[in-house]
Amino acid sequence: MSCWSLLDRCCEKCSCTLNNPCSNFIDCRITGPLCHDDEQCRELRTRRFEELRYGETGSKIRVPIASCTLATGSEAVYNAIREAVGKMRLKVTVTITGCHGLDFIDPWVEFTAKDMPTAIYGNVKPGDVPKLIEDYFIKRDVSKAFVLRDRKGTAAGEDKVPLLEELDFWRKQYKWVSRNCGFVNPESLEEYIANGGYKGLSRALKEGPERVIDEILRSGLRGRGGAGFPTGIKWRIARQQSATPKYVVANADEGDPGAFMNRLLAESDPFRIVEGLTIAGYTVGASQGYIFVRAEKPLMARRFQIAVEEARRHGLLGKNILNSGFDFDIEVILSAGAFVCGEETAMLAAIEGKRAWPRQRPPYPAERGLWNKPTVINNVETLAHAATIMAEGANKFTEVGTEKTKGTKMFCVTGSVQRVGAYEVPVGTSIRCLVEELAGGAMGNCKIKAVQIGGPSGGCIPANLLDLPIDYETLQSAGAIMGSGGIVVISDENCMVDVAKFFLTFTSAESCGKCVPCRVGLRVMWNILNKITNGEGSEEDIDTLRQLAETVRTSSLCALGGTAPNPVLSTLRYFMDEYKAHIKDRVCPAYVCSALIKYRINEESCIACRQCALNCPVNAIFRVEESGKYRIDEKACISCGVCFTVCPVKAISKVSASG
Amino acid sequence: MVESEGGTLSKNCSEDLFKGLARAPHNLIEALRKVQAVYGYLPPEGIKLAANYVGVPFAQAYSVATFYHQYSLEPIGKYRILVCMGTACHLSGNSLNIEFLRNVLGLKQGQKTTRDRLFSVEEARCFGCCGLAPVIVVQKPDGSNEIIGRANPRSLRATLERYRRLEAGEKK
Repeated sequence: MSCWSLLDRCCEKCSCTLNNPCSNFIDCRITGPLCHDDEQCRELRTRRFEELRYGETGSKIRVPIASCTLATGSEAVYNAIREAVGKMRLKVTVTITGCHGLDFIDPWVEFTAKDMPTAIYGNVKPGDVPKLIEDYFIKRDVSKAFVLRDRKGTAAGEDKVPLLEELDFWRKQYKWVSRNCGFVNPESLEEYIANGGYKGLSRALKEGPERVIDEILRSGLRGRGGAGFPTGIKWRIARQQSATPKYVVANADEGDPGAFMNRLLAESDPFRIVEGLTIAGYTVGASQGYIFVRAEKPLMARRFQIAVEEARRHGLLGKNILNSGFDFDIEVILSAGAFVCGEETAMLAAIEGKRAWPRQRPPYPAERGLWNKPTVINNVETLAHAATIMAEGANKFTEVGTEKTKGTKMFCVTGSVQRVGAYEVPVGTSIRCLVEELAGGAMGNCKIKAVQIGGPSGGCIPANLLDLPIDYETLQSAGAIMGSGGIVVISDENCMVDVAKFFLTFTSAESCGKCVPCRVGLRVMWNILNKITNGEGSEEDIDTLRQLAETVRTSSLCALGGTAPNPVLSTLRYFMDEYKAHIKDRVCPAYVCSALIKYRINEESCIACRQCALNCPVNAIFRVEESGKYRIDEKACISCGVCFTVCPVKAISKVSASG
Repeated sequence: MVESEGGTLSKNCSEDLFKGLARAPHNLIEALRKVQAVYGYLPPEGIKLAANYVGVPFAQAYSVATFYHQYSLEPIGKYRILVCMGTACHLSGNSLNIEFLRNVLGLKQGQKTTRDRLFSVEEARCFGCCGLAPVIVVQKPDGSNEIIGRANPRSLRATLERYRRLEAGEKK
């Protein structure tokens, strides 16, 4: 067993020290030694690469520790594995990793050994663990695996399990920024460098800032946070400013409901973002960077903190990085919680310790930002792209994408679909491909009615437009936005007026209150929608909604207000029939709006289990003496729907209150 | 010296409380977070401590304390129940779940904490665990979280019962 790590010196001839690596440090880790020739030193590296892959003993178990897998119990699985390995006295390395983005198999584990195919097991429970370990490591049987990463022909049942790369949800992805997610240990700088990490920064420091800007411009990279501004241009503007000091900020305030690709990336491969931010700092001439993390995602902040400390410990942050004369450091800031912080000027106010109030632009932050100094703010996915482009070259990046937008984008598909998850696909992929081929289409017997793209700033696209390609321009003309990349699939069991009202509940609560159109306008729009969903709407309400939406859209100070009417405008555009049904017929066609429906127990299917009566919050359900079955007292019922969800035999149905 | 409900807090105490934090205005948000971690909420004297420490007027600290939703100006329950109001969770039943919780805990409009201060029910923003929708998180007094995925009235009732039993056991 060796204790030597790739980050250590290979022999006395190496001139680097831990915190003062030379300019060839990164390349030397992988293809070295570069400053001297020694077969032994080369072999040391080769052996270490093997160890990283298969563990120091030739067998390795990877357990994902990220928010999504923790929520499904991966910590208990991790402990069970440690215990089982100890009890069985197996020589197996157990390590943590990030998440693949395949939420539907959480919690998963990966078993690998030198002479065995690598196997992934899905939906693992702590109780399953001893059997799984015995099957794989002792009986050499992989038949219970969910997928295999490779075939070696050495294990029993190999032919019964599909290969990961053959399955649609993997094959149709293009893993560019998320390549390391679920593979590497997110807390290990060594593993990041072994997988090509920090090659981008190393190259940038050798070529100089101007060449970096050229390369980023050539790649055509556009901001992945939603607005799509060309990253190279933003960096050039900041570089040209004469005021100093300058700052760079990573926007990790991922607040759109239904979007978690930034969290996944940061929890699974935080060094890529730290490297991207360092490159940004070097390019624009900043010596201080900040990573601003959303309050609800504390693990993401912890992983960033570890990454920053590790990078600092190894001379990849701090003074004279890689002997280039460039000084740079990063501070991780955890937000106290406000959706508006995702707006760049609001975020700067929050970093300064103030209320997160946006301000008028121009001047843009690239000219006057943090403490009135030039500041570049990039989304974390953009920074990860920048680091990868610098390592792999712009040509590789531009191989996929559309004419106007090159490269890939990560999307989270949630809602009523079979395979909830985060997927990275080339820009320009159709919505249908993402929702049906990758995410597996609608759940159960539902039908897809619409997809909501871009969170509270986005819009609803109806099912008949699913063939639209996803890029900035196309989605905008269809009334939605690409936004940060959250796609929520809405089924025929959901009401579109209720969806519009939901988003206004969100945006009106999150409006910072600085400007009137957003603060008051959204509230009035919510009141109208509330009236409609209560069955008290009138025909004029539709015109008032449209007018208000237009006013809020055009006269709000920042993008929160400027885009908040989108969910209303897009549902008015594509789902007018549902609005009309609520207003004219006083009916909610999807049976969602509680004021317009009532519940009924079908006495024939009722099994008298009493669950509905036990759970009714207002005791409106009583037992009918003659039949022994249950019935709802309509006068006392508040139409909350609890009985409907708890009934084990679906004996309760929804009917229109008017009919 | 700063007066507080349970006695007085000396200057040393505030040094301890904010240990490692630079005395700069931009650290106000972090300072308030540390106060809340100790008190469980932000009492006026706690806000004053933070304001004095980082060197901003009380009014500014108060304006920040009221702006961000992670801060609470009133005492909150021992178990803080956070109901995710993200899109996926809303569509799959959390609007119903939160009403259910409020009903069974007897919370009136505008009231978020039960009278015995055992539970608080609050709306929360997306936790990014949409694969488990609808999601409800219970923050426990030791700072750890219980994440309840695919929550429904039945599992919530069981959860409340479990914590009540735990509490009754502790009192004995």
